Amino acid sequence: MTKRFALGIFEDEDVLLHAVENVREAGVKIYEVFTPFPIHGIDDALGIERSRLPIAAFFFGLTGLAFALWMQIYMLGFDWPMIIGGKPHIALPAFIPVSFELTVLFCCHGMVITFYTISKLYPRWKTPVLDVRSTDDKFVMAIEVNENTDMTKLTQILRENGASEVNQKEMSKF
Amino acid sequence: MQHVSPVREPLVTGGKTYHDVTQDVCRQVEAAPNIRWMAALSVALLLLGVFFYSVYRTLWYGIGEWGLNKTIGWAWDITNFVWWVGIGHAGTLISAVLLLFRQKWRTSINRAAEAMTIFAVICAAMFPVLHMGRPWLAYWVFPLQNTFGSLWVNFNSPLLWDVFAISTYFTVSLVFWYTGLVPDFATIRDRAKGPIAKVAYSMLSMGWKGSAKHWSRYETVSLILAGVSTPLVLSVHTIVSMDFATSVVPGWHTTIFPPYFVAGAIFSGFAMVLTLMLITRVVFKLEDYITIEHIALMNKIMMVTGSIVGVAYITEFFIAWYSQVEYESYAFINRATGPYWWAYAAMMTCNVITPQLVWFRKVRYSIPLTFILSIIVNIGMWFERFVIIVTSLHRDYLPSSWAMFSPTIIDVGIYVGTIGLFFTLFLLFAKFFPVINMAEVKAVLKYTVDNGPTYTGHDPHHAPKPATTHGVPASAPVNYDKHD
Repeated sequence: MTKRFALGIFEDEDVLLHAVENVREAGVKIYEVFTPFPIHGIDDALGIERSRLPIAAFFFGLTGLAFALWMQIYMLGFDWPMIIGGKPHIALPAFIPVSFELTVLFCCHGMVITFYTISKLYPRWKTPVLDVRSTDDKFVMAIEVNENTDMTKLTQILRENGASEVNQKEMSKF
Repeated sequence: MQHVSPVREPLVTGGKTYHDVTQDVCRQVEAAPNIRWMAALSVALLLLGVFFYSVYRTLWYGIGEWGLNKTIGWAWDITNFVWWVGIGHAGTLISAVLLLFRQKWRTSINRAAEAMTIFAVICAAMFPVLHMGRPWLAYWVFPLQNTFGSLWVNFNSPLLWDVFAISTYFTVSLVFWYTGLVPDFATIRDRAKGPIAKVAYSMLSMGWKGSAKHWSRYETVSLILAGVSTPLVLSVHTIVSMDFATSVVPGWHTTIFPPYFVAGAIFSGFAMVLTLMLITRVVFKLEDYITIEHIALMNKIMMVTGSIVGVAYITEFFIAWYSQVEYESYAFINRATGPYWWAYAAMMTCNVITPQLVWFRKVRYSIPLTFILSIIVNIGMWFERFVIIVTSLHRDYLPSSWAMFSPTIIDVGIYVGTIGLFFTLFLLFAKFFPVINMAEVKAVLKYTVDNGPTYTGHDPHHAPKPATTHGVPASAPVNYDKHD
């Protein structure tokens, strides 16, 4: 399905941040904002909810810890108990390093895989972007439009809020 | 909002705009390889050839090709392993610990330092794997039953802890580094002209578009990765030190080892970062990003950790005497005055005495002196590991088995070869990957000068208005007493 976008191009992140607030107040729905670097405060301005990735990371870490303890206790304590250095079969202090490492391993990889999955980031042959300058030095505010949208008014709102250009672009897959 | 110090020097000099950052960093990725890079790569590849030849000799004829003997079963291999792992630690320190401490100056050096971590760990891993003698059976270190029969690995052994620590450290550092690279790959992708570059960087950038939602998650992921990498990096060298500390060999059996090794690792790592950065900034003309302030700050960290190491050396000696254990005392007196006195003297000079020169501002801010000093520290830290390993082993409880170690040409070849491996990887990275984290540098660009931003946009007709957020001018330093 082809989508049409109005693109407000901004030169500065502080101008953009201010514009995001004003444009939303004016009742315009912002489709997405593309920036070359993370801007602090834009989450609140756009109403993006706080990511729940830390919670996921915690539970991945917990899984790693549980797995590590189970593995060591099962292997050395039950499956093939051996006396090593006169220690008990289940020598918990000696299990701490491996438990810690597996906690970190599961936590990091679980979280990163979740991040790539939910953000739909995977290797592609081609990456269509709305404006190639948005990964360089421009801040792009994309607003989805259709034939009923009053483009003059929208352009005016964007211009008033500091947009240096207002463009339109159609994307077949986005 | 960011607090701007009126006294501190700017992080990025030269009044760069966002576009300048992109240009400066992408320049060497997009340009044809220059002659200096080709020359450096040729030398690195030559050394890599030495590595492959030495590995071939080791695998074909066995570990007998090395200078090890019955008394000294660990020598250059473990020395080199610990040396390389230690070097890697500075990268994680810069990317994780300094992120948690909100040290903005890390942004222009973290990419290259993390790359250094990964390549150093690859080099380090070569030594234990080759020392196995049959590296094709290296998977036996994982918890698989022996010959798939009945017996499991020994979870009480520090050498097994090392397997888990190093593999976790390597893979976590790799994803941390790669996740940071994704937005910069997107920048290169959107500038790419050639068809191969377009596809290659599109693949590498994973379809990154820089949407606000993705950036929000990206920041969360970076913060959590930094949070867990910090204890991870400390645990890795702690576990490496336990390879020694949990034994009963005099000179190894000390509780001071974990903090002492971690400090030493950061010390040697910063020395290597300095060596690499001083070359990189000149070769790729990045003096505005890796400024003299960066060098001075890294010098300070080097001096602090070097002093911790110095205190550890002295503490070891004190405890050897105070413990009244004659074997322990002998081990330390033998270190300083025995047949390996020269290695001990080299260690003491390079690690404890020369880094103290950094107290002088002139030295801290001098590029040639810093370069020489960083090389000296690298040498000194190699000797530290050699002293700990070889001098402790060569005279143990039974005088009848006392021996000396002399390396063979193959020992030297593998060590020099890993330096070739390291520089081959680093040079390829420097050519094809952005050596400076563009996105993060752009994010700190505005807040780098004494009186607010230098950056005012490109087009004078559309110069940004003095935008305000929550009633505070964006360009003004925030007074925390009033606005919080």
